[in-house]
Amino acid sequence: MTEKPTMIAFQDVHKYYSDYHALRGITATIKAGEFFSLLGPSGCGKTTLLRTIAGFEGISAGAVMIDGKNMAGVPANQRPTNMVFQSYAIFPHLTVGENVGFGLRRAGLAKAELAAKVDEALAMVGLKGYGARAAHALSGGQRQRVALARALILKPKVLLLDEPLSALDKKMREQMQVELIRLQRQVGITFILVTHDQEEALVMSDRIAVMFEGEIAQLADPETLYRRPNSRRVAEFIGTMNFLPAQVISEAGGKIEVEAKGFGRATLDAEQAPGASSGEGPAVGFRPETLTILFEGQTATDRETTATIEEVVYFGDMTYYDVRLEGTDKAVRISMRNVFGRPVLDIGARTRVAWSPGALVLFR
Amino acid sequence: MMGTKSRWARLRRTEAANGLLMISPTALYAILMLAAPLGAIFLYSFLTDGYLEIIRDFTFANYIEAWTNELYRTVMVRSLGVSMVVTAVTVLLAFPIAYFVSFHVSPSRKSLWLFLITIPFWTSYLIRVFLWKVILGYNGVVNSGLLGIGLIDEPLTFILYNVNSVVITLAHAYAPFAILPIFVSLEKIDRSLLEAGQDLGESRFMTFLRVTLPLAMPGVIASVLIVFIPTIGDYVTPQLVGGPEGRMVANLIQLQYLKLDNYPLGSAIAVSAMAIVTVVSLIFVGLNRRYLKGRKA
Amino acid sequence: MKGGWFKVYAIGYLLFLYAPIILLPMFAFNDATIIAFPLQGFSTRWFSAMLEEPALRIALKNSLFIAVTTSVLATALGVFAARASTRYRFPMKAGLMGLIMLPLVLPEIIVAVSLLVVLLGLGVNLSLWTVILGHVLICTPFTIAILSSAFQALDQSLEEAAYDLGETAASTFRLIILPLVMPGIISSLLISFTISLDEFIIAFFLAGTEPTLPVYIFSQFRFPLAVPVIMALGTVLVCLSIVLLAIAEYFRRRGIAKSGGKDTGGFL
Repeated sequence: MTEKPTMIAFQDVHKYYSDYHALRGITATIKAGEFFSLLGPSGCGKTTLLRTIAGFEGISAGAVMIDGKNMAGVPANQRPTNMVFQSYAIFPHLTVGENVGFGLRRAGLAKAELAAKVDEALAMVGLKGYGARAAHALSGGQRQRVALARALILKPKVLLLDEPLSALDKKMREQMQVELIRLQRQVGITFILVTHDQEEALVMSDRIAVMFEGEIAQLADPETLYRRPNSRRVAEFIGTMNFLPAQVISEAGGKIEVEAKGFGRATLDAEQAPGASSGEGPAVGFRPETLTILFEGQTATDRETTATIEEVVYFGDMTYYDVRLEGTDKAVRISMRNVFGRPVLDIGARTRVAWSPGALVLFR
Repeated sequence: MMGTKSRWARLRRTEAANGLLMISPTALYAILMLAAPLGAIFLYSFLTDGYLEIIRDFTFANYIEAWTNELYRTVMVRSLGVSMVVTAVTVLLAFPIAYFVSFHVSPSRKSLWLFLITIPFWTSYLIRVFLWKVILGYNGVVNSGLLGIGLIDEPLTFILYNVNSVVITLAHAYAPFAILPIFVSLEKIDRSLLEAGQDLGESRFMTFLRVTLPLAMPGVIASVLIVFIPTIGDYVTPQLVGGPEGRMVANLIQLQYLKLDNYPLGSAIAVSAMAIVTVVSLIFVGLNRRYLKGRKA
Repeated sequence: MKGGWFKVYAIGYLLFLYAPIILLPMFAFNDATIIAFPLQGFSTRWFSAMLEEPALRIALKNSLFIAVTTSVLATALGVFAARASTRYRFPMKAGLMGLIMLPLVLPEIIVAVSLLVVLLGLGVNLSLWTVILGHVLICTPFTIAILSSAFQALDQSLEEAAYDLGETAASTFRLIILPLVMPGIISSLLISFTISLDEFIIAFFLAGTEPTLPVYIFSQFRFPLAVPVIMALGTVLVCLSIVLLAIAEYFRRRGIAKSGGKDTGGFL
């Protein structure tokens, strides 16, 4: 696989709102043709960062480069980017077709040519034949599609999406996620998505930048982010992670010997210790699906321990068990697929639990 | 040179500068045509009236005259009294209407009701006031009606050319002004709060007292101020229906300016009237704040 | 029915509000010189007399000139202030807006005398234009109230979207903002026109020798014989303002509906 060229480069970008330091030295690159997400809780600066690319926010220091050009002094209307707004910003006084063709007004196209381009763009987002409709009569999902068509018709180098799915209901959101991925593959344009929904970011992105308080905490592909979060904070923000206190016994030759509550001694690879514990003392973390409850006749492939079930949450396809491992005083969560014929365990039951040192992450 | 230029460029881009630039035509107009003239009459009120021109001598004489002369004082006190009564009557009569439109009219018809209420406010103020004279007059609608049904033997005279007629006419003129702010604050009340009040065991009436009324208070205060302040300066109504004993401060001001040509005294009366209105309004707002705070504590 | 008593009260209240307006046409079409009951029979002679009154025609012409000019100027000033107050934060905003909105509560006579003092002090001759100065001042707060709700309903991302799609600030204003606030502008023009046409005190103080319609009407009240003609004139004016206000209300509501907002009340 050849390395893709860089489309966007942030070079130590700072942004102040009078006293408030909204962006604190962002340095990152986004590659051409990538589906990139800016993920973080509200107020972390992700939307501000997106708007510095679009040109709606000036920056206080540093540089934003698009396709090798410094964007300082280039206004929003001259940047090779287009945006899908959180509110969609569909012009209510225009028809769907006029909305989609809005950005081509200055291109000086013949009427027929313009109409053909608008039709093509509408077809691409699955709104063929909607051109003459009044924009204010559209549903949320349809507005979203019009906003996409309106931005993509200009063939921007980068498409910016500001929480585009947050206004949709769950079903519609999942459907649009799939469509956005398909659309991005089809047009091959760099997509940059701002979202606070970690699941959405994991599903859609090639790479994700997790942001807290104006800084990028971790920039990685979804799998690395999920399996090897570089801090407790990132780990807690993405999915669910259990933590148990641990102590490092020795460290040599790329191996770390730890003593973890509930698990005992275990040997980890150095790469299993990517991050800091954010001041809460050293701990091992593990995802709920990396532990398995052993039923009668099953044996652990690696190691096992015993536990007491404290809470059972039934989800249909899955069951979440909150269990207390032997020798610990805090319950951890285990998620199990429900298999036909196998009972759901009761609260208070004692059970054996299989685990593997390879699934642990050490934060210290 | 470069430095100042780039600073100017940065300033121009900032939100504050854009906002100030945008508002500057309107603000400048208000400063030149309102703030400066108000300042001017304030200044005039300390000058001395000469025979043909104003003498630039600083003096409190106009204020002393305005506050001690029996005639001016009577009119001033009467104006304040009339304004207060008009405000009380108007707001008390308006509250049930605002409540009715907000709570008992279906949402689709609210606009129609508001429209009906505001229409009379916009139509020919002078002629409306004049018609109250016709309604309240010696041979007027009220008297001929009451005579017709035999309730009275001779026409009532206490309803025209005195303070009563001024109050009635002003209450009529400012009715929509009182209704709208109350309506807006009632509309803002989350209806589930009222259900919560009743759910927690209060009666409908106690819910009104403990939930609706405190929440509607900002609207009531706005109505009071929006009625009280302009009424004290109304000219047409006392002039047309007030008679000699219904004259108010605006008539006095007009007299000083247009008839007697005594600008400094007229200005002093105008400034005094405004000062009284401001003080009374502030006291009212202050009392209300204490009342609301007292409820919360 | 729990709204029953309220409804009775509301209808009674409306009767009180409309009492003078109901009487107006009665006397306008009454075949008698004295404005009193009982009515004397139907006649349109006061309307014919009205049309033949030269002083009235001059006053009307003056008033129309003032009202049209005022509505345009006040709406223009209102657009600036409404845009500034809904879109930007800037120092002294509350103070400046307070000053601009002050005529809403300030007694008109204060506005009138203060302007009079300054204008005479500067040696400006009183004319229709001096009346316009005052009328613009008192109409602007109303235009701001109307236009603010129009600008408030305007999603800021609409402007950003147009800008993002390649338009300049000027063309964004022309293509997006103006069409969306147009109903508000029309509504504001009509309201200021109505206020200016009806305003008396400021015109009384500042018109000099050229009477406006209300000044003319006021002067006629002194002559009992002239009053029936005024009743006819009043009837025409009331009908005119109701039509204008209905149009204004229509545009105000259409504007809110068009930009997807929610109707929150009346003109104020």
